[in-house]
Amino acid sequence: MAQVERKHPPAKVYLTVWFWLFVLSFIAYFIDLMHLPFLLSAVLFTCVALMKAGLIAAYFMHLRFEKLNLIYAVLAPLILLVALVAGVLPDALSFFLHQPR
Amino acid sequence: MLKEVSQRMKPETQTALLEEVLKSDWGGGKSPFAVSWGKLMMWIFILSDAFTFGGLLVGYGSLRISSERWPDPSQVFALHLFGRDMPLLLIAIMTFILVSSSGWMALAVHAAYERDRKRTVTYLLLTCLFGLLFLSCQAYEWSKLIMEGLRPWYAPEHPPFYGVRGFGASFFTLTGFHGLHVLSGVIYLLVIALRVAKGVYDRKGSYEAVEIAGLYWHFVDLVWVFIFTFFYLF
Repeated sequence: MAQVERKHPPAKVYLTVWFWLFVLSFIAYFIDLMHLPFLLSAVLFTCVALMKAGLIAAYFMHLRFEKLNLIYAVLAPLILLVALVAGVLPDALSFFLHQPR
Repeated sequence: MLKEVSQRMKPETQTALLEEVLKSDWGGGKSPFAVSWGKLMMWIFILSDAFTFGGLLVGYGSLRISSERWPDPSQVFALHLFGRDMPLLLIAIMTFILVSSSGWMALAVHAAYERDRKRTVTYLLLTCLFGLLFLSCQAYEWSKLIMEGLRPWYAPEHPPFYGVRGFGASFFTLTGFHGLHVLSGVIYLLVIALRVAKGVYDRKGSYEAVEIAGLYWHFVDLVWVFIFTFFYLF
């Protein structure tokens, strides 16, 4: 079996990513403590979560160092998750808009 | 037409043409993803698991937005410490524990690239230790909520639950599924650590099994990022 030889990042890269994961977790926790308006904090939480997920997938799971074919094969189907959310969201939004306050 | 063209070609040209086709990514001459089958299978599993958790999270989301009220997570998951309630403290601790374990796992994979048997085992065991710490926190959280009367099919009328339907089901299903993944991951990593220690991968000449196990572990951490965000923070 042909062994696929790939370049792997030095330990410093992992430590840097680790550090940023901690920082982002702290940021998310502080956003929660600040009690911002719901919509603003929801957007911020989602952004921080996507940034963390991106860091983990790209560096810890080495997706960044894989062949483009694999990256597409892994990421493209996830578009269906967006479709899943999009299917539920209109109902949720209409509920929010018509909720008595 | 094509047959005529190829018949008119010299054999050398035919071979060259065939080699040209095989050289392309999808021509069958080489692995289009440039990874071993083990790693590819793990990625396929991870993709399917992403949809499991995606479905669970969307289900929870639609339950939550269609109910009149929802228990405030920062009250439900507050930790009573030093005479005051610390909102979400336990969840923050759990998040830091899991991020730490992911970091140890990354170092284990790095040590495995360098075929450093001792360091690989050490980092793998540290990953397992942090996984177990995470599970203990979860066991504490579960037993606390169960003692307060929360069930997968029932929420007590008193605050902070207010008898909200679907809260217990979402909580126990989501965190239960994730906790089960962490538990399986700890067992998986222990097996891999044992095999590294016994020198199985030295004899095999490849430490890729560590990297593949790492993919699984990092994915479990990745799922927690979304459960943490959408279940606890929102």
